[in-house]
Amino acid sequence: MIPAIATPMPRRNVELVLLVLALAVGIGASAMVGLNSASAFDRDFWFQSSLLVVAAFAFHMILRFRAKYADPIMLPIVVALNGLGLAFIHRMDQPGEDTGNNQLRWTLLAMAVAIVVVWFLKDHRLLRRFTFISLAASAFLLVLPLVPGISAGEVLGASVWVRLGPMTFQPGEIAKITLAIFFAGYLSSNRDLILLAGRKIGPMQLPRFKDLGPMITAWLVSIGILVFQRDLGTSVLFFGLFIVIIYVATSRISWVVIGAALILGGGFLASRFFSHVAFRLDSWWNAFTPEVFDRSPGGSGQIVQGLFGMANGGLGGTGLGQGRPDLVPFANSDMIVALIGEELGLIGLFAVVMLYMLLFTRGFRAALGARDAFGKLLACGLSFAIALQCFVVIGGVTRLIPLTGLTTPFLAAGGSSLLANWIIVGLLLTISNTARGPVDTTPITHAPTEAVQTS
Amino acid sequence: MSDISELTITALRFGFLLLLWILIFSIVSTMRRDLVIGRKAAMGTPTARELRKHPELAPAPPQPVKQQAHQLVVVEGPLKGTTVPLAASPILLGRAQEATLVLEDDYASGRHARLFPQGSRWFIEDLGSTNGTYLADQQLTRALPVELGVPVRIGKTVIELRA
Repeated sequence: MIPAIATPMPRRNVELVLLVLALAVGIGASAMVGLNSASAFDRDFWFQSSLLVVAAFAFHMILRFRAKYADPIMLPIVVALNGLGLAFIHRMDQPGEDTGNNQLRWTLLAMAVAIVVVWFLKDHRLLRRFTFISLAASAFLLVLPLVPGISAGEVLGASVWVRLGPMTFQPGEIAKITLAIFFAGYLSSNRDLILLAGRKIGPMQLPRFKDLGPMITAWLVSIGILVFQRDLGTSVLFFGLFIVIIYVATSRISWVVIGAALILGGGFLASRFFSHVAFRLDSWWNAFTPEVFDRSPGGSGQIVQGLFGMANGGLGGTGLGQGRPDLVPFANSDMIVALIGEELGLIGLFAVVMLYMLLFTRGFRAALGARDAFGKLLACGLSFAIALQCFVVIGGVTRLIPLTGLTTPFLAAGGSSLLANWIIVGLLLTISNTARGPVDTTPITHAPTEAVQTS
Repeated sequence: MSDISELTITALRFGFLLLLWILIFSIVSTMRRDLVIGRKAAMGTPTARELRKHPELAPAPPQPVKQQAHQLVVVEGPLKGTTVPLAASPILLGRAQEATLVLEDDYASGRHARLFPQGSRWFIEDLGSTNGTYLADQQLTRALPVELGVPVRIGKTVIELRA
């Protein structure tokens, strides 16, 4: 019988070709920076490039051995983004600063962790067993920055950092993954209850409180802690993740309506009670007012300088290494998108946005192909988390929405975010490996089956 | 290397942008394959082994003229013998009360699968069920046409389209 679905293809060679292109982009960017600055092709350049190449090919080989059917497009996209990020961060380093090499160290660590995920997690369904452990882990990770002793205190108005020896780390980034695992695991087993049990009021069906209890708790814990830590961006991210997974699980549009209403209401309340949120809103709305521009803290100088930078870049950009990102505060982390807009222009910035979009569609493709509800929900949640993060950051930098402190995945300087996003890629690759691999057609019924293998 | 001419720098600048977009277009062109949906799926009849085990699955001898399906028959499972006439509207299969055919089957999901007409054929589509929907032993990953007499398995229930 001709199989109903196209025969699975590993397509690892396609990945290899794309990976070479992606590395050309990443290393090309570094080379351009080198050409345009005094320090052309110094030791750092060769060191950085060769390590990136080795790490990328190591990952590729691991996929060949361990996850043959994994999506061939995700790894090249992520390597290209990460390579671009490295080049831009290196380019921003003042003499004596070492952010570029620090970012490279984190990249290598993050890739190693992602390789470990792909190597040891043969089947993503294993994670389903850790549904409630993930909830506990999320709560633990989110409380960590508030614990005296390891807390790194309040940095830039938000206390989301912990200090471990010489390093600082943002546990909230990892919590985004554990929360996604919890939401996906809980909803994949309980969505029928949430859908069907409960009273109907008008056109809306309200779930029983009992069924929603753990979800509400998870949501309250994450939002509550983030109110205490004053990190608006992450709380928007968690809330969006929550709404999307529950919407995908139940296919009820009412969740999105409720979610949008809660976000608007919550934003309004937050702007009344928290000065930093009010400042953010004000510097978004009245960015070009001189008083707002110069206000400290909470002025709009950062956003407006970023906008000027992008305007300076125009369509084709000033060329790598030739912009003036030193005028923009945090040009290598929060505002890296403005830096890209300035030096690569609209054409380059759109290419980066396009790469994110392709990564997101590949994540959703893995979700569509996944054969179990848990895998579907997890892949949706994780890829949506990346997409929402991009939207919040790029929307903030381009003044579409108020600027909130989220990192640009893979591009921005910051180890915890890099680590978390590479783990997400590892998980998506694992899910896509089972999604694209050969179908296991063993019947699930208890009817007598004939398990005869003659070979 | 600061003696490189302005022209070379400009050429390299645009060369880099070009390289970025070459990467994107190569990615998109490798994705094209995934977008192909309408590949002709020749869904066969039950296999010989299946026929031996379940003679009742044997389809009617192949009809020279394509026949329209007029009813849905439950051939196995708790609701065995139930028939549902097929009109022009889609049919929802599952345990949910809103389903057209409410399956009393522990292995079926609330909204398990959907059977819908398109053109002269009926298609079955899995609605993200936990245990999957099987069309002649193939697990559904997308909507596929259901020919007459081909068993569709949902949990312990097996349904068929009949003329």
